[in-house]
Amino acid sequence: MSETRRVVVSSLTLGGAVGIFALSFGVASVSAGASVWQTCALSLFVFTGASQFSAMSVVGAGGSMLAAYGGAVLLAARNLVYGLALSSSAKQTAGNLPRRLFAAHFVIDETTALALAESSPRLRKIAFWTTGISLFSFWNLGTLIGAMAGSAIDPEKFGLDIAFPAAFIVMLVPHLRSKLGRQAAVLGGALCLVSVSFLPIGVPILLAACAVLVGVRNDQ
Amino acid sequence: MINDAPTNLWLMIIALAVSAYLLKMFGLVVLGSRQLPRVFDRCLGLIPAALLSALVLKDTFSIGQSLVVDARVAGFAVAVVAAWRRAPLIVVVVLAASATALLRAI
Repeated sequence: MSETRRVVVSSLTLGGAVGIFALSFGVASVSAGASVWQTCALSLFVFTGASQFSAMSVVGAGGSMLAAYGGAVLLAARNLVYGLALSSSAKQTAGNLPRRLFAAHFVIDETTALALAESSPRLRKIAFWTTGISLFSFWNLGTLIGAMAGSAIDPEKFGLDIAFPAAFIVMLVPHLRSKLGRQAAVLGGALCLVSVSFLPIGVPILLAACAVLVGVRNDQ
Repeated sequence: MINDAPTNLWLMIIALAVSAYLLKMFGLVVLGSRQLPRVFDRCLGLIPAALLSALVLKDTFSIGQSLVVDARVAGFAVAVVAAWRRAPLIVVVVLAASATALLRAI
C-alpha cells in the first residue's frame, strides 16, 4: 500500500503546484478583460492550461475571438496524442464507455505523465484518477481566487501584465530540451514577430504553428 | 479590452470547451490504440514549442499591431533567467512583475 501512498502524494503535490499556476491564470484572465465567471468557466470546461492562457492573451491584446480560438485549439491538439497514449490501457484505467467519456476531460499533460510513469495497471488507474481529480480541484480553486484578486487590483500598476509571458516562458522551457523543440521555438517566434505589424492581432500566433513543419524533414 | 463584447467571449469559451473536450475524447475513446504516423505525432508534439515562443514574444514586444520595447522587457529578461534556473512559477511571476512595476515607477 505504500506504493499507493507514493502515487497519491505525488498527485497532491503536483496539484498544489498547478494551483499556483491557476492563480496566475485567474489574475491574467480578468486583467485581459474576462469576467470572474468567464475565467472560471474556462478552467472548469476547457481545463487545459496553455490553451486557456493563449486564448485570453489574444483576447486581451484586442484580437478577434476566431484568432483566440484558433491558437487555443492548436495548443489543445496535443491532448489528442495524450489520449492515444493512454488509450492502450484506457479500459483498465478508466473502465466502461461512460467512464471513459468522463475521464476524457482529465486527459492533459500532467495526468498523462503520471499515469504512464506507472507500469502496473492498478497504480496507473490510481495515478490517473488522483492526478485528474487533484489537478481539477486545485486548478479551479486557484483560478477563482486569482480571478477575484485580479479584479480587486490594478494589474498594470503591479506589473501583472507580465503574468502572461512569464507563464508562457515557464511552460516553454521543457520544450527547449530537444533540438527540434528549439528549432520550432526559434522559427515560431520569428514568424510571429515579423508578421505582427501586418496580420490581424492573434493571427501571427496561428502563423507560428507552421514552425512545427521542422518536424517533417527530421526523420529520426 | 473586450468589455463591449462579453457575449462573443462566452461563445468563444463554449466553442473552445467543446473543441478541447472532443480532442481529448477523440484520442482516448474513438481512435483507441491505433497508431498515428510518426511524423504527425512529432509535429503535434512541436506545437507548444512554436506557439508558446510566439506568445512570449507577442506579449513582451507588441501592443496591438505595433512592435514596442517598454517596461515589460525587464520582466521578460528576469522571467527568462528565473525560469531557466527552474524557479517555481510563482517566483518567476513575482520577480518579473516586480521588475516591470519598478521600471514603470521610476
